Amino acid sequence: MFQRLKYHIAVFFSVIGPGFITAMVDNDAGGIFTYSQAGAKYGYLPLWTLLPIMALLIVTQEMTARMGAVTGKGLSDLIREEFGLRTTFFMMVALVAANLTNVMANFAGVASSLELFGVSRYISVPIGALIVWLLVVKGNYASVERIFLFATLLYVSYIISGVLVKPDWKEAAIYSVTPVLIFDPAYITLLIAMVGTSVAPWMQFYLQAAIVEKGVTAKDYIESRIEVIVGCVVMTVIAFFIIVACAGAIWTVAPRDIKDSTDAALGLKPFGDYAYLLFAGGLFNASLFAACILPLSTAYTVCEGLGFESGVNKRWNEAPIFYWLFTLLIVVGGGVILIPGFPLVRMILLSQVINGVMLPFVLIFMVLIVNRKSIMRDWTNSPAYNGVAWTAVVTMIGLTLVLVGITLRDLWA
Amino acid sequence: MPLINHLFFTELLGLRVYDLKGRELGRIRDAALVPLVDAIRVDRFLLGGGPAWLTVRYDQVDRINLNGLWLRDELLTPYHRDEYMLRIGRDLLDQQIIDVDGRKVVRVSDVTFNLDNSLGYDELRIVEVDIGLRSMFRRVTQGLLPRPLIRRLMMPIPPNSINWQVCNIVESDPQRRLHLNISHDRLEHLHPADLADIVEALGPEDREAIFESIDSEMAADTLSEISPEIQSSILESLDEDKAADIIEEMSPDEAADVLGDLDQDTYEAILEEMENEPKAEVRELLEHREDSAGRLMTTEYITLPTGSTVGDAIAAIAANAEIIDNLNTLFLIDAEERLTGAVPLARLFTVAGSEPLAGLQAERLLSVLVTEKQDRITEIFDKYNLLTLPVLDKQKRLVGVIHADDIIALLRSL
Repeated sequence: MFQRLKYHIAVFFSVIGPGFITAMVDNDAGGIFTYSQAGAKYGYLPLWTLLPIMALLIVTQEMTARMGAVTGKGLSDLIREEFGLRTTFFMMVALVAANLTNVMANFAGVASSLELFGVSRYISVPIGALIVWLLVVKGNYASVERIFLFATLLYVSYIISGVLVKPDWKEAAIYSVTPVLIFDPAYITLLIAMVGTSVAPWMQFYLQAAIVEKGVTAKDYIESRIEVIVGCVVMTVIAFFIIVACAGAIWTVAPRDIKDSTDAALGLKPFGDYAYLLFAGGLFNASLFAACILPLSTAYTVCEGLGFESGVNKRWNEAPIFYWLFTLLIVVGGGVILIPGFPLVRMILLSQVINGVMLPFVLIFMVLIVNRKSIMRDWTNSPAYNGVAWTAVVTMIGLTLVLVGITLRDLWA
Repeated sequence: MPLINHLFFTELLGLRVYDLKGRELGRIRDAALVPLVDAIRVDRFLLGGGPAWLTVRYDQVDRINLNGLWLRDELLTPYHRDEYMLRIGRDLLDQQIIDVDGRKVVRVSDVTFNLDNSLGYDELRIVEVDIGLRSMFRRVTQGLLPRPLIRRLMMPIPPNSINWQVCNIVESDPQRRLHLNISHDRLEHLHPADLADIVEALGPEDREAIFESIDSEMAADTLSEISPEIQSSILESLDEDKAADIIEEMSPDEAADVLGDLDQDTYEAILEEMENEPKAEVRELLEHREDSAGRLMTTEYITLPTGSTVGDAIAAIAANAEIIDNLNTLFLIDAEERLTGAVPLARLFTVAGSEPLAGLQAERLLSVLVTEKQDRITEIFDKYNLLTLPVLDKQKRLVGVIHADDIIALLRSL
């Protein structure tokens, strides 16, 4: 019995890896907030967007993974080789700025989720930051990946809390496949936000780098493709349960706007302590996880694109810029959370703008590169797949730019 | 205009070109070496401006400075055939090259030329490729700020460059390697472990290119240092006969290790191409279960009859010079090839040549069966602090030896 269990766990860990991790981190503090908001305010209505989001994610992630496996190079490497240093440089500057604010948002998630458990942020944030830092600086690739994979397992807490709330499953099922558009500007904005937060530039860079680091080659790419698809599906399932939990707990009682994700967790309280604790615990896990991955992925991407030594298997003096950048992102990202009166919301909105402006470039470069025979050899997109890819990219860019517009309006307001 | 003795490629790009009457003809879009003629001199300047690019040969140039390039011969030819040209902007800038001295893969940000006037007119010669922050600053500001200002602003940033003499370009097209006179000879002087790190940092095509062109022995040593996934992808991409040549250079246990990771068709095809003797040995090793002693052991070791003397032992070592690097124990066997004793090599030096080996045996003779599980073997190595462990078949005959470095590699791969 135990042997069988061990075997199943071994199979699970051998299949999942970079693609799975990337998709899961997509449900970070910001993502959880958006989905909670969707469920709390509009109940089951927005569920139908999840399937198209999943399709968009799969298409973009699949291309990224394929580029990594075939070329053995990171996305920032390829962008530099094909589009030059200046383009890469400005892209890296934007990436650092966007990811830094993202790290802030996630440390804010760590702080507020643990405050639900009565832990002061002046304790939780420094300790969280230290754990994240030690994990990467003192660990190696294999141990870090194992811990990340364990963190992905904890997302299950959202599924359980969603079940505990006893939502209306029939309605959830119906609205998952029934597109509903109501001409309420807030509703439209929300739908766009759901799509806009689902594909972020850093994911493409992280996924490709992780595929390369893992040593996936064109030959065993098929397994990675499956893993990417499974990751995107699981990510969608978790988003589904977050929306359903908030719909069942908050919307059925009284539809309302929520302030932040902890507000959503508190809304689950009438349905039992477990539902509430699991939701809050899930937020903590997701935030800490993203606070770890984002600085790491940023340091990787920047060093790769600009040609500095990088990698968790290198020591500090071998890859100084890599480690300094990583450290700085954590220290600044966590530090500002402790400053009273720091305009966090404005920073997060700003990060959404930077991400949104950068995304078109990243996606267009990606599709251009993935179609270059000199780079991808026999692994370029087929014409049909290209149709799908360009449609996905154009949709994504269009919606993101609308979101940027809305965010800019909010920023001025 | 102050005289300058060096010029960066970023400064050369966009530089205006003037004819004999001082009229502007266009701007420089790229520059190229023709390595078969001269390995370091910039041979052609590619000039844009009109509908087609023109080429300026090095001997048509009068002088070059930060303000422009003046010609002394204005009979320019259109630019087309370039298979012999290494174009700096297209083929070098932002691409990966190998820094043989620093033993790592780097990405080129800029190139530094020496501006030489010893012949009475200006020539550019490549001195260094630049990789650091200073060259990045030049790239980002290039064309946006005046050249002298960039030079002044970059001074506080420490330079980071690699001498052109120790740069190795990686080119995956064999035809072009020939045209551009690129060889990977310099890589053969690296330590195999360093070359392995370099190869791992490159993309699949460049890896293949290196393994195709370096000699089989170096390729074998390097391949055994590379991580298993990349090993397989390299072997699968090579021609079978080249792969077989490399495998033949490995010790049988390493060869079995490497081949065991490939899929059946590929390794059968490679084995087919191998010579008979190593082929048989490797095949035999491949028969053993993947996690057994049989897959870990090497079949290269020295045995002597039980009654031999120290003098016999030294003669046997001399006759097996090719495995001397990894030798620390001699084994004694009886007439049926059964293991009777093990003699640590260092003990040979403590006695005269006529002494019998039997008196120098290790007190405890440890061995394992060929079917023993690998995790059990690592335990034995750890417990008894071993350097070598003999492996026996069911009839107690010696069939192989496991070395401590096999154990280290095994543990590292977990």
